[in-house]
Amino acid sequence: MTRTTLITDARNTWCPGCGNFSIQHALKAVLLEMVSEGLPLEQVVLVTGIGCHAKMADYLDVNSFYSIHGRVMPVATGIALANPDLTVICCAGDGDAYAEGLDHLIFAAKRNINLTVIIHNNRVYGLTTGQYTPTSPLGFRGRSTPRGTVEKAFNPLELVLASGGTFLARGYTRKQPMVRALIREAIRHRGFSFIDVLQICATYNDPHEMYDRLTYSLEGHDPGDFDAACRKIREWDYNREAPIALGTFYSVEEPSFEERFRRTPQSPAEREAAIRAHLEET
Amino acid sequence: MTEWSVLIGGRAGEGLNKAGMILCHLLQERGYHVYLYYDYPSLIRGGHNFSLIRAVERPVFAHRDRVDYLLALNQETVERHRWRLAEGGVIVFDASAVRAEGVGLPLQTILREVQAPDIARNTGIIAGFSCAAGIPWETMEQVLEREIPRGIETNLAVARKVYGAGCTLRQIPELPRGRRHPILTGNEATGIGLLAGGLSSFIAYPMTPTSNLLHFLAEHADRYRLKVVHPENEIAVMLMALGAAYGGERVAVGTSGGGFCLMTEGLSLAGMAEIPVVIVLGQRPGPSTGLPTYSCQTELSFAISAGQGEFPRLVVAPANPAQACRWSTTALNLAWRYQVPAFVLVDKNVAEGAADFDPGGVPAVAPRESVRWDGTGTYGRYAGTDDGISPWLSPPSPGQTVKVNSYTHDELGISTEDPLLTVRLQEKLQRKGAALAAEVGRLQPVLSTGPADARTVLLTWGSCTDPCIEVAGEHGLRVVQPVVLWPFPAEALRAALSGADRVVAVEQNTTAQLARLAAAEGIAVHGRILKYDGRPFSLEDLEARVREVVA
Repeated sequence: MTRTTLITDARNTWCPGCGNFSIQHALKAVLLEMVSEGLPLEQVVLVTGIGCHAKMADYLDVNSFYSIHGRVMPVATGIALANPDLTVICCAGDGDAYAEGLDHLIFAAKRNINLTVIIHNNRVYGLTTGQYTPTSPLGFRGRSTPRGTVEKAFNPLELVLASGGTFLARGYTRKQPMVRALIREAIRHRGFSFIDVLQICATYNDPHEMYDRLTYSLEGHDPGDFDAACRKIREWDYNREAPIALGTFYSVEEPSFEERFRRTPQSPAEREAAIRAHLEET
Repeated sequence: MTEWSVLIGGRAGEGLNKAGMILCHLLQERGYHVYLYYDYPSLIRGGHNFSLIRAVERPVFAHRDRVDYLLALNQETVERHRWRLAEGGVIVFDASAVRAEGVGLPLQTILREVQAPDIARNTGIIAGFSCAAGIPWETMEQVLEREIPRGIETNLAVARKVYGAGCTLRQIPELPRGRRHPILTGNEATGIGLLAGGLSSFIAYPMTPTSNLLHFLAEHADRYRLKVVHPENEIAVMLMALGAAYGGERVAVGTSGGGFCLMTEGLSLAGMAEIPVVIVLGQRPGPSTGLPTYSCQTELSFAISAGQGEFPRLVVAPANPAQACRWSTTALNLAWRYQVPAFVLVDKNVAEGAADFDPGGVPAVAPRESVRWDGTGTYGRYAGTDDGISPWLSPPSPGQTVKVNSYTHDELGISTEDPLLTVRLQEKLQRKGAALAAEVGRLQPVLSTGPADARTVLLTWGSCTDPCIEVAGEHGLRVVQPVVLWPFPAEALRAALSGADRVVAVEQNTTAQLARLAAAEGIAVHGRILKYDGRPFSLEDLEARVREVVA
């Protein structure tokens, strides 16, 4: 494998036309760009969950933790805690982050831990062959809901905003340059950066005609304004058709979690002295 | 043998654990080794709590039913525990709240006189006890000053009034004193052991009986430059720990059975991804919520088999704080050496029981690492080796990628479904397990106490061990305790049992889990003494049960 392409020798098994290719290209391009600007590649760690998106860990030639379904956030949190200087990037699916691991997503946002979270939101379970997810629209017909879902989708951006995320954006895989710009901005942001990327599943859910028609780029929006962010985020509720804003909704600076845990490790001699002193006081 | 037992009881929220600790310190000052059993229901205020302290000439970790002093803050304590009173036993009580025979103290009046808060009734009772037991005022003053961080003047005023009015009834004689040692709970000793193993992060969600390990390490995080995190649930605890270990931390988690249920998917990930982690698993009776604040030994089968798939792991089960310290260090070192999950399997009696602790027993701080990558060629996180241990590398490492994976993977950490690579991975894990088992065999994984030629052996583990050793001594029996329970030390156990024609398992569960493990290795167990009411064996209790079996 060659480091200049950042692509491993692993055989790619995504379906032709899969939205994951677009995210992979964007992420790879941003990393190469940042490396050329001085980011040491070895500082980058990619964490993925389980699902089609997660194969990114096999395909990108960077440090990676190919974890388990729903648990991307706690794994990534542990890595950032261990070494706050690492650039930790999380790729998670909508089933991963919004269903199996929703609690972790909310808590990662609450902590404002310095992670870049890219959600491959195709609004369907692909690898398990086509069931609804928390962002599938009301009435979605999947293999576990053949007569249509009877629960509404939730709005993940609204949830993450309410939970304390400090960088929130939405992308769409057919708008490659913007996805690239958003990932770059998210990595640069110190704190919890969250991008909900609308992507199609070529096999089980392809609403690209609707996305092409309804998406627009945010302009003249102040990302420092919480209320404005909230309004823009709520414009589309992931159920009914409405204008779908793309871009950065919210971006503010706040202290991040892992910075509070910077510690210089104790040498064995220091540790031994600390234990001795402690037991003498007790 | 000179020994004394003291029980102090009252309502939850009245500081009876602390009062028990102060009594331990007083008796240690008189030259005794001490053991504290703390019994409390799962609530914050109200209900009946008591501390039972046993003071003996030599180190012990077991209690007697019989007590020499009964200290009662309320009537319920007298009613519940009067049966325990030994011949010549003395009740010291708050006469403003309790009717009994013995030393009645007008605590309400005294507290009012010196304007002391209600919690100071403890100090009053302790002063009454000290006076009756002939403990010099200076000794008591010194202990109170050391152990009561706030409001010491008021407490001393209460103590002075009580002590000044009393007289010695039943002297607890002073023994030649050794060095004063700290009195530690099993949780604290486990914490010290982990720290001696080089712990750099501790992650836990509170759950009895290991919450106090979390509290202890959080309290002293600065002293040890430790990262202590309490996340949203045990799933996050385990996964965060694995992320931290990948990033280069030496990390442990703490929980009990219910929390551990949530950790099992992460445990299996640790097995597959070969990421070290130490799990301090404190047992309490189930199923489900069970008896949250009581004890049992029901998670042995669970700990050795939890998690989908087959992967090596270490399970050690210390019997008391001294062993908890030593084996926690060992667990951390072996987990990192072999890149496996390691359990410190304690129970409520070990975790929350306390005893004087010899600091000389703390292992030297010499953290063992795994094999380091030699820097040649391309790094493979799962490179094949003879013993199955692949060289470790944490990011960042210039020019190399460190890929860990929950899927079946190749040597670089990239997913595969290839049958040959699958076999190679499974056999690598097996070789690693065999290497771990071989090292465990050299660590004296099975401890044996008592005559080597004894025909009858009590086979036990965890907190049942010390009661067994005390009872066995009177009958000339041998006690055999496997401290390492996985990899199961079958060979060492067979050697320890050689010559015995009667093996009696003593466990705190209904199915004799250790006996079943032994039987699976062809080691016959002839009798079972089982207890499953959540309470530890008292010596009298166990003595009667042993007598039935050996008769």
